[in-house]
Amino acid sequence: MIAPLRFIAFVGSFARGWAGKGRAFVLGTRHYTQLAVQTTARVPLIVKNLDITTKHMYTLGIESIPLVTMIALFLGSATVTQAVYQMSGMIPLRYLGALVCKTTVTELGPVITSMVFAGRVATGIAAEIASMKGSEQLDAMNVLRLDPIRYLIVPKMVACVVMLPVLTIWAILMAFVGSAITVAISVDVTMYTYLDGMRLFFNPWDVYMGVGKTTVFGAIVAITGAYFGLTAKGGAEGVGNATTKAVVVSAVLILIFDFIVAVMVM
Amino acid sequence: MLKVEHLKKRFGNHVVLNDINITIGKGEVFCIIGQSGSGKTVLFRHIIGLLFPDGGRILLDNEVISSPTTKPADFDKVRKRFGILFQGAALFDSMNVGENLAFPLREHTKMTEKEISKLIAESLEMVGLKEEFKTKMPSELSGGMRSRVGLARGLVMKPEIMLYDEPTSALDPIMTDKINDLILSLRDKLRMTSIIITHDMASAYKIADKMAMIQDGKIIFHGTPGEIRESRNPYIQQFIRGQKKHHYAIADEDAYAVPINISKVKPRAVGPRRPVPAPSTENAAAAPSDMANKKFQMPVRPGGQNNQ
Repeated sequence: MIAPLRFIAFVGSFARGWAGKGRAFVLGTRHYTQLAVQTTARVPLIVKNLDITTKHMYTLGIESIPLVTMIALFLGSATVTQAVYQMSGMIPLRYLGALVCKTTVTELGPVITSMVFAGRVATGIAAEIASMKGSEQLDAMNVLRLDPIRYLIVPKMVACVVMLPVLTIWAILMAFVGSAITVAISVDVTMYTYLDGMRLFFNPWDVYMGVGKTTVFGAIVAITGAYFGLTAKGGAEGVGNATTKAVVVSAVLILIFDFIVAVMVM
Repeated sequence: MLKVEHLKKRFGNHVVLNDINITIGKGEVFCIIGQSGSGKTVLFRHIIGLLFPDGGRILLDNEVISSPTTKPADFDKVRKRFGILFQGAALFDSMNVGENLAFPLREHTKMTEKEISKLIAESLEMVGLKEEFKTKMPSELSGGMRSRVGLARGLVMKPEIMLYDEPTSALDPIMTDKINDLILSLRDKLRMTSIIITHDMASAYKIADKMAMIQDGKIIFHGTPGEIRESRNPYIQQFIRGQKKHHYAIADEDAYAVPINISKVKPRAVGPRRPVPAPSTENAAAAPSDMANKKFQMPVRPGGQNNQ
């Protein structure tokens, strides 16, 4: 084949490949949105399945506490250490508490907790639903006229929406504990000065905003996990792919929504 | 009566079902047989409303239940008339046996817990399991027990038509026979229509009143077990006897869906097989085979020398 024709063929195949990917992205976004709408519309039916929801609250929320505690303690310590390094020689250390409080309450606490939660929960939801699909349990539910969205996804989403803010509040408190321990051990600031600094610019609105946005992060984690579980194909490999995609897309969506909230608040 | 008329289904460019026509009478045990990948599971999924056709329709008691315009919500009205036993039983892993059976009853009926408990015990008894089994988790059950519990869950809503997707494919011969007996006893006790997808011919012969065979998305046989045994279609004979090669020549190959080149079909050799003479050592040494040359000699370049 002569060179120009080869070039045109290359451009054509390249464009076709990207058009296919674009189409898949648009269709995927459509299905994801449909799933989110259908799940939200079925939330009032949760009253019939409160037992399943409570069980999920325990497995998805309470069982995440050890992991969240560990990460929050080190998050607080790392924040203090970084803040001291950045402030030294420029900003008086009496403002250390204020800086740690603001960053932990508005950004680090909610976002890091949600990321950790996504890593644990979105993967679990995706793997559970994908393996149920592989073993025909979803088909069995359809045949028995049991709506899989209502019985599988809604309880998980409600559990995530309720428990992620609770975990976030716990994580913020633990980050404060971690930061206080670090201040006591390695920073040349008294505990009184540090705590006074925390109170200095404290605004309850920061807590409402920081914790409030995690309700949406909880819904994102549950629906993303469910979406990739429902669309999984091909046995064990499909389950693996679904879990990977679930955690990656959850993290990306959490950050995008976090940015939107930040812009709206400003 | 369940009728499948001119059913067509394709996935992309691949035609999976091509003009399927079958009729299943009330109270009949109907086996759908065929090789793996022939389209029988896709047909099964159409009958239970998990897939909808691109062409044709399915009628239940002369009422169209599935066509290209049917929506899943429309099919829900007739879904309660079907009971299903999936291949691996598809029990809900997070629930014990009792909860698996009670789940549809709690959601679709206004029965009290006492009535549900009684019905569960009856259903378990019907499939030969004691009531104590209801506290067991699916992971604690063997393959045969899972099939029985799956069957009990299918029966608990008292369906008119019971569908079985390869119910014996993962079971040992003894358990296979037990499940077959169970299917027959349910037919006799409850007078329900049974549709069974299988490629286990021993089971099909034992339980089927009628059977249909699918090959490449087409029905190539529809009749009784006696008729399939007498079929002169070489593919059917090959399938029902589990043979690797065609052994039966046919008079009119155009009459059958599977083309076969008669000139290449040889009758089976009668009598003891002629022994293959062993090569003499002298000849073998004098003229080594081509294979031996290929294996041990280095390839020679056009120049006539090995370039190592």
